[in-house]
Amino acid sequence: MKLLRMLGRNIRDSFKSVFRNFALSLASISCITITLIVVSISIILSINVNNFASLVEKDVTIVAFLDTQITEEQKTVVEETIKSLDNIDSYEFTSKKDITEEMMDSSETFKNIMANWSEEENPIQDTYQVKVKEIEKIGKTAKEIEGIKGVSVVKYGEGMVEQLVVVFDTVRKICIGMVIALILVTAFLISNTIKITIVARKREIDIMRLVGASNINIKIPFIFEGLFLGALGSIIPIIATVIGYDTLFEHFDGQLFSPFIQLVNPNPFTFYVSLILLIIGILVGMFGSWRAVRKHMKI
Amino acid sequence: MDLIRMKGVKKSYKNGVTAIHNLDLRIKKGQFVFIIGPTGCGKSTLIKMLYREEKPTAGHIIVGGLDVAKLRNSRVFKLRRKLGVVFQDFKLLPKSTVYENVAFALEVLGAPKDEIHAKVVKVLDLVGLKHKAKQYPNQLSGGEQQRVAIARAIVNGPKLLICDEPTGNLDEGTSMEIMKVLVEINKMGTTIIMVTHDTEIVSALKKRTILLDSGRIVKDFEEGTFSYEAIKNVR
Repeated sequence: MKLLRMLGRNIRDSFKSVFRNFALSLASISCITITLIVVSISIILSINVNNFASLVEKDVTIVAFLDTQITEEQKTVVEETIKSLDNIDSYEFTSKKDITEEMMDSSETFKNIMANWSEEENPIQDTYQVKVKEIEKIGKTAKEIEGIKGVSVVKYGEGMVEQLVVVFDTVRKICIGMVIALILVTAFLISNTIKITIVARKREIDIMRLVGASNINIKIPFIFEGLFLGALGSIIPIIATVIGYDTLFEHFDGQLFSPFIQLVNPNPFTFYVSLILLIIGILVGMFGSWRAVRKHMKI
Repeated sequence: MDLIRMKGVKKSYKNGVTAIHNLDLRIKKGQFVFIIGPTGCGKSTLIKMLYREEKPTAGHIIVGGLDVAKLRNSRVFKLRRKLGVVFQDFKLLPKSTVYENVAFALEVLGAPKDEIHAKVVKVLDLVGLKHKAKQYPNQLSGGEQQRVAIARAIVNGPKLLICDEPTGNLDEGTSMEIMKVLVEINKMGTTIIMVTHDTEIVSALKKRTILLDSGRIVKDFEEGTFSYEAIKNVR
């Protein structure tokens, strides 16, 4: 009961304190606002880059060409074997008949040439298009498919895919590094700003000590104050993120420059980013206050 | 019965200055004690050790059964809840009202709202400021601010009230009003230790008076025995 009462009082006091020390609060809130906007932009950028990379990776396909003389039973065995492999996300069979028709439809020249082929003469092979779960292991999977009896050739853009994987991996790491670095810088900046505002209230802390407030009694209102400052500071970045990203998405019709670069859908993406911003704001605000008030705890 | 017992207390600072030398002192419950002496004689250091703003370098200080010298920083609040402190510069929260300033001392103890209200109103009445409960410190005169500080110091009924030059910033008339309040509080059973420069007050009240010089007690006047001449002789 007593604990609850004190907690209630601490929350009330810290809320009052935000407004009573409004100039100082405003300094902290602006600092939180500005840094969270930067964090928001970097999160949006890195998630979109990541999304783009994933989409491209998903499109990478292994094409397994089957022997021209393959029997129906052998085809079933090939399919079963492919199905049983670890790294297979999905696969699709395209018969040589389908490919031939498709090619004939695509150009008159092909049509003229292919029309004269008999079933035996047709050099086109049945294929399996296989998509993998983990692109890093695509080489190994391709080798496994190549080893299946009845599969003649396997193609997956060797060399280029490996390069792509390296490039995307690096980009991802840089993005994650940037976001983490930015959050750390934000934490430092905000906690320093709050620290300055609390140093200005050293007298208040001294009085609290004087009347018999325990260390925890002194810390908690300041930590709640940090929480409020963080939450207030994240309002503008959240609004900017939701409205800004939505507008951007609408303006570019969900894709940047070409259909190849798809933007992440704002719903529920902006909701998650907002939640992350709020959590960062609150945690960093609390951390800043705790760090600052700790300095005054010792005699 | 002794409320305060100091034995062999010494306080040296890091810069080599020794403010208090091997000091022994006993103060009984309910006494009113003045501590006087020239600037730099160790008066403030002595009382700062009583509320554990400073830690003695050697010796024992027992305040209300608590060994202050051994008290860890994180436990200092236990001592502070047993005593009240009043300063020359009042130390009020400028952005809180008179009522809030006084209530604050009870809120940190986790007292229920009704109890806080009853006690704060009672103590504001005692210092004559009930009608100014909703005002802010900067709307009050110096004497009134000091009375708020006294109200805050005594609101949780401490056994000991430590006053560090409470009249230092006030004119003669206001000082005497503050003294009246302090005497009243003392009559209710609270032990009071007051550091002062104002020998007029000391002389007028003739309470037990301890004269310090260079960190040593040079004279301990029993109640009713203080006189200017005696100080001159000692010096």
